[in-house]
Amino acid sequence: MVALRAKRTNNEADEPSSPVLRFGADKPLKLDAGTLLSPFQIAYKTYGTLNEARSNAILVCHALTGDQHVASTNPVTGKPGWWEVLIGPGRIIDTSRFFVICSNVIGGCLGSTGPASTNPATGKPYGLDLPIITIRDMVRAQLMLVDHFGIEKLFSVLGGSMGGMQVLQWASSYPERVFSALPIATGARHSSQNIAFHEVGRQAVMADPDWHGGKYFEHGKRPEKGLAVARMAAHITYLSEAALHRKFGRNLQDREALTFGFDADFQIESYLRHQGMTFVDRFDANSYLYMTRAMDYFDLAADHGGRLADAFAGNKTRFCLVSFTSDWLFPTEESRSVVHALNAAGASVSFVEIETDRGHDAFLLDEPELFAAINGFIASAARARGLSE
Amino acid sequence: MRQAKGETMSVNHAQRVDLEVVADLIPAQSRVLDVGSGDGLLLELLQATKQVDGRGMELSQRGVNECVARGLSVIQGDADKDLEFYPDKGFDFVVLSQTLQATRNPKLVLDELLRIGKHAIVSFPNFGHWRVRLSLFLDGRMPVTKDLPYSWYDTPNIHFCTIRDFVNLCDELGATVEKATALDANGQKIGLSMPWWFWNFFGQQAVFLLKR
Repeated sequence: MVALRAKRTNNEADEPSSPVLRFGADKPLKLDAGTLLSPFQIAYKTYGTLNEARSNAILVCHALTGDQHVASTNPVTGKPGWWEVLIGPGRIIDTSRFFVICSNVIGGCLGSTGPASTNPATGKPYGLDLPIITIRDMVRAQLMLVDHFGIEKLFSVLGGSMGGMQVLQWASSYPERVFSALPIATGARHSSQNIAFHEVGRQAVMADPDWHGGKYFEHGKRPEKGLAVARMAAHITYLSEAALHRKFGRNLQDREALTFGFDADFQIESYLRHQGMTFVDRFDANSYLYMTRAMDYFDLAADHGGRLADAFAGNKTRFCLVSFTSDWLFPTEESRSVVHALNAAGASVSFVEIETDRGHDAFLLDEPELFAAINGFIASAARARGLSE
Repeated sequence: MRQAKGETMSVNHAQRVDLEVVADLIPAQSRVLDVGSGDGLLLELLQATKQVDGRGMELSQRGVNECVARGLSVIQGDADKDLEFYPDKGFDFVVLSQTLQATRNPKLVLDELLRIGKHAIVSFPNFGHWRVRLSLFLDGRMPVTKDLPYSWYDTPNIHFCTIRDFVNLCDELGATVEKATALDANGQKIGLSMPWWFWNFFGQQAVFLLKR
């Protein structure tokens, strides 16, 4: 069973069930680590139709464990796309009006080159031989995809969490290619506390004997226990104490009394175990290491001499930032410091903080106020861009 | 900031006759920052009639969310704290409409407006209006009027001034009064030929165009 699963994910890494753009030796990806990645590939999905002027394209950037299947059924899990509540025909991001692109990030495990992909030099999965990938590397690869479509200027780039980091990177690196930007529940850097949680997750993966120094595929194994623990710890950071208490309280799981043992007596334990178990079915452990590292390394101000405003100097992009009151992974203050930097740079910025107890994960959920803000922002940006209703 | 972020949206929604006066002072296509943009009425008016590049800052999160949902470019912020992040002369006009009296440090706020904007426009209720004086003089009570509907204990308006007080503050900050308008109780402009004491007595609201 383990070997079967390993094989399947590995195949999705090399031969994904979504379209793939392959770049040969003539078009390497320049990495911040100082090396070139070549050959490499980007797996992506598109929804809707690119108009003649190529002015209606929206790039969606996915979060840590997301993928390109943003608005259609996920081929691995069989579940709906991760942002189908927002994106689709007649939705807030209406795919009968906009051309939506979402690609698996470099370092991911659903078809873009990542640690589970086959290293052409060895014929085996890259594992830890893949150079460290940064948020900027991900964005550089996305730019090559956008160029492939002949899109001069994206109408909008949006995403939450790690996706929001990519949005900020896009607007900072290629401001002339981004008409509007919607970074949600994110920040211009990963905080010390966030790095700490990621380190716990990575250590859990690496402590699993089935990890084999990252070469688990060669041993026909996967570090499922370690990855599940990493996911359990991370999942807590996506919620809030209030939401956990509301959903689970101290309720017992399928029992009348405490068992005086280490079974999952409490519903919250059972819930977390389930989250951990289902996660390992769809995600590659090494990819998890690379994704968390990319977020840890992200510090947009540091790339500009410590002054965040300089990351946006002369920026003409229209920004809308969104944060959530109960998000303690990317608290409102993180968004606010980006807003202040954008103000200092004289950029056009809206900023909405949404009252909710659903924590960081709120950006993925049906939050009417979030949708109202996105709707208003997209509508006014579309008017300014001259896009018809 | 968090505790201040209550449900009181900017300050005086009773009567906003000053908005038209403010809008008249702003040429088309200007860059405008509306501090205390409330429900976004002024920004919407300016975008519709003057095609301005308009931004707003508002203390109440509810007000901000409603503005953004209507397509306005607004951020949550506190005039007392968050103006320092804006660059010098980043806007053609910075508007502070019916908000000055609700700030903790009006002098500092006004100073910031004059730094950020090539021009500043400030409108405020005149505490020297005869009704206010009458209420204090005859009743011996803090005035509660149509324009100033709050009781003393729940009012967000903590720094009232009269037109004369405001002119003094402008002098202190080295600001030039480019234009001043007083509106009477019916929202009508008081004649330009009238002396300051007359404005200060009959003006219910005042609108000042300043620069430094």
